[in-house]
Formats: sequence, structure tokens, C-alpha cells
Amino acid sequence: MTPDAAPNRGRLVAIGRPSWTGRALWAGLALYVVYAASLLDITWQRFFAGLGHGTVFIGRMLPPDFTRWELLVSDLAESLEIAIVATFFGIVLSLPVGLLAARNLMPLWVTWPARLIIAVCRSFHPVIVAILFVKAVGFGALAGILALIIASIGFIGKLFAEAIEEISLKQVEAIRASGAPFANIITYGVLPQVLTRFIGFCTYQLDSNLRNSTMVGLVGAGGIGGTLFAAFQRFDYDFVCAILLAIIAVIMIAEVITTRLRASFQ
Amino acid sequence: MISSQAQWQRFTPRQRLVRFTWYLGMVAALVLSLRQIEIIPEFLYDAPEQVADLFSRMWPIAWYYYPTTVHAAMMETLHIATLGTIITLFLAVPIGFLAAHNITRSTTVNYLAKLVLVSSRSVNSLVWALLFVAVFGPGALAGTMAIAFRSIGFVGKLLAEALEDAQPGPIEALQAAGAPWVSVVTKGYWPQIKPAFWSIALFRWDINVRESAVLGLVGAGGIGTALESSMSLFDWDRAAMILVAIFAVVMIAEVAVTYLRKRII
Repeated sequence: MTPDAAPNRGRLVAIGRPSWTGRALWAGLALYVVYAASLLDITWQRFFAGLGHGTVFIGRMLPPDFTRWELLVSDLAESLEIAIVATFFGIVLSLPVGLLAARNLMPLWVTWPARLIIAVCRSFHPVIVAILFVKAVGFGALAGILALIIASIGFIGKLFAEAIEEISLKQVEAIRASGAPFANIITYGVLPQVLTRFIGFCTYQLDSNLRNSTMVGLVGAGGIGGTLFAAFQRFDYDFVCAILLAIIAVIMIAEVITTRLRASFQ
Repeated sequence: MISSQAQWQRFTPRQRLVRFTWYLGMVAALVLSLRQIEIIPEFLYDAPEQVADLFSRMWPIAWYYYPTTVHAAMMETLHIATLGTIITLFLAVPIGFLAAHNITRSTTVNYLAKLVLVSSRSVNSLVWALLFVAVFGPGALAGTMAIAFRSIGFVGKLLAEALEDAQPGPIEALQAAGAPWVSVVTKGYWPQIKPAFWSIALFRWDINVRESAVLGLVGAGGIGTALESSMSLFDWDRAAMILVAIFAVVMIAEVAVTYLRKRII
């Protein structure tokens, strides 16, 4: 079989005759759904009972209660502050980490530790990291900031390293040939090639940090999450609804702003 | 500096002004945030001690805890992530079709579908979990629904983009031959978006494995429940075991997804 004949044959099978492997996969998927649902104790009975609770729940959420708007605004402001500060320090720290993790610029013994740092930062949800920081630095916004800095290093560091690995090495070579020291190779050969993409990652991370800064309060790390969780536990569902609407509005406004920011730096 | 000659400049004055305004805004936001944020310095002084204490309590890691509790909880997390992703695929496909403007030729419907997708993404998975815990009670059902509803936005958006990128040729050929709508979708669109569809599904599953690990903090099942209970009992050696397990599973999931995506694309 020639290498280019294989995909064509696969396509013909997919369009024309039924594919038995495909059917087996679908059947396997269906069997898995039944098995997993029984394992997790998911039944139609519970589902329909839940729908009944759901209507009661939505009834209690409406109309949203904005009477405590001062608390709402000050908490949202704290969430915003956490996101901005964490994004700034996250960007500052992810620059060296990303640079050290790029395999086309650094030797293996440097990239391995840097990539391990990135992998550890990426694999834990910010809320789990926030729990650990609450233990380390106590309740409050600082724990949230530190948790989101970790998340930012993981995300920006990984994408930054990948962007550097895709650059053209000709410019780097030219600058090196002119006898430039290492710092100048980075600033004139590497950074100009990845700067636009880097700005893209950073604005994306700002969005993501804002979303998560509204959640780290759940474990006591500052921001609006704590108020949200408290309102849930007191069954203040109309206040919950107000908080959720406020969070969604802030996130959407922030998304519009960061899209514009990205557009003007392209 | 040569001032009399015309100099080449990379950006127009307007572009420079816009950029300068952005820089100013960013610096202002940062300074304002740093001044406003409440940080209690006393807590910071004993942070090194606290961290040392944390690590000394975490060591040695309670490996014996894995077979008794962590394994079952981890499997539950994986099932929540997988089942949630499968449910999402069923919910997101119709919305993706409604949001793709080359399939649904109504701007109003496109807009409404996109609104559904945006609102799904704007609510964090933990909030979805809180809502579903209130509706279905604590447990894996709430977690599965939270994962499913959170992922609709992501899967639906990417699916709509894949549908909009589909070649119109095969579609027109099928329509010209008088094929019914179902055949146009299954024989025209589906073969074209199939690689993108499975790749989106795998990508989201990878994200969902990470996200489902925290759902237990609000009572929605999975490994988060075990983490929450060992942390509130200050059993840090058990918490360390759970964190190691999460790290391992996330790494394995990422390697598996990267391998499968390479085979699909």
C-alpha cells in the first residue's frame, strides 16, 4: 500500500459503506455511558426529581436582589485587583521560565527543570493552589494573587516556550555572528519574532485570571467568590443571582476590552 | 538626531497614540490595584515558617491512602470528566449547527445560539457545580452536569467554526442530487468536520479532567471531596498523596490526548 493511498481509502469507506470499526466505537461509547452512569448513581429518577427542584430554585433566584450593591462592588473590585496584579507578576515571571524552557535556545539540563515547573504549574486548578497558599500566607487577597501567578506561569510559560521553538533561527544566527552578547541575542533576535503572539497569550491570561479571581474566594483567597459561597450556604439565592449577573457582566466587558487591546497591538 | 529630513516611522501617529493610551491605562490599572489591594504584612512574615510546616506535615506522603480511598475517588473524577464531555457533545452539536451561519441562515437564530454559548463559558465550572448541587443534591450527578454545561460553550464555538470552514462543494452536490437534510449533514458535513470534532472532544476532555478535580470542593463528587476532607482534618500527608495522584493523572491524560490528536489529524 502506498502511503498516499491510505487516507483516500479511509475517506471512501467513511462516505460510502458503513464502517464497522466506527460502529464498534459508537457502540463502545454507548456501553460506557450506561456503565459510568450506573457507577455514578445517575438515574432518570434523580434527574427528573432534580428538574422539579430546579424550577423551585430558579423561582427563588428571581428577581435578583441588588440591595447589597456596595458589598458587591467592593468585592468585584478586589477580584479585579487580584486579576490585574497576578497577571502582571505572572507575565514578568513567565518570561524567564518560558525562555529557559525553549529547546532550540537552551541546553537539555536547563529546559528539563523549566518544563517541569511549567507542568506542575499547569496541572493544578487555581483553586487547589489557592488552598495551599491560604495555608502559607493566610486568608485574603495575597493567597489569590499567588495562586493566579502560578496559573499564569503555567499557561504563558508553555505557550511562550512553544512560540520561541517555532521562530526562524536565521536572525538569531545573524546577531550571534555579529558578536552580540547573549542578552542582545534574546532582545533583538528572539523577542521581536514572538512579541505579537506573546501579547495575545497575556491578554488571554488576563481574561482567564479574571474568571478565576472570582472563584478563589471560595477557599478564602479574596475576591467575590467568598461572598458568593456564603450567600449559597445561607440560601440567599436572590443575592446569588445578583452576584452571578454582576460577574458575567464584568467578564463580558473585560473580554471586549482585551479583544480591543489585542487588535491595536497586532 | 536628524530632524530636518523625513524619517521613516513604523507606526502612524494615531497608532502610537492608541498604544500609548493602552500603556498608560495598563500602568494606571496596575498602580491602582497595588495601592488598593489589602495585604496583611504580618501574615507574610511567617510565610516561610508556614510553608516549612506545610511540607514537613506533607512528608512522608501517605501512599497507603491510595488503594483505600484515592483510587475510587480518582476513578469517579475520570468518569465525571468523560461522561460530562459525552453529554456536552450531544448538547453542543445542535447549538453549534444553529450558530453556524452557513447552515442556519437566520442572523437572529445565530445570535441567540451564540448567546447560549457565551453564557455557558462565562459561568465558571465551580459555579455551575454549586447550581447543580442545589438542584440535584450533592454527588457525581451534579458534577457531571456542571462539566457538561460548562463545556457547551467551548465545544459549540469551535464546532460552529469548523462547520463554517467546511467546503461548500460536496454540500451543493448532495443538495443538487436531491438528498434530504439528514443525508446532507451525515454525508456532506460530518466527514468534513469529523477530525475537528474528535480533536475538539479530546481537547475538552483534557481540560475537564483538570476541572473535575476541584468540583468536590463544593460537594459535586470526585477527588475534590477526598481532598477537601483531608485538608479540613489537616491530614496533609493524605492531601499530598491526592495532589500527587492528580498530577499523575493530568500528565497521563495530556500525553494520551497529544498522541490521539496526532493520529486523528
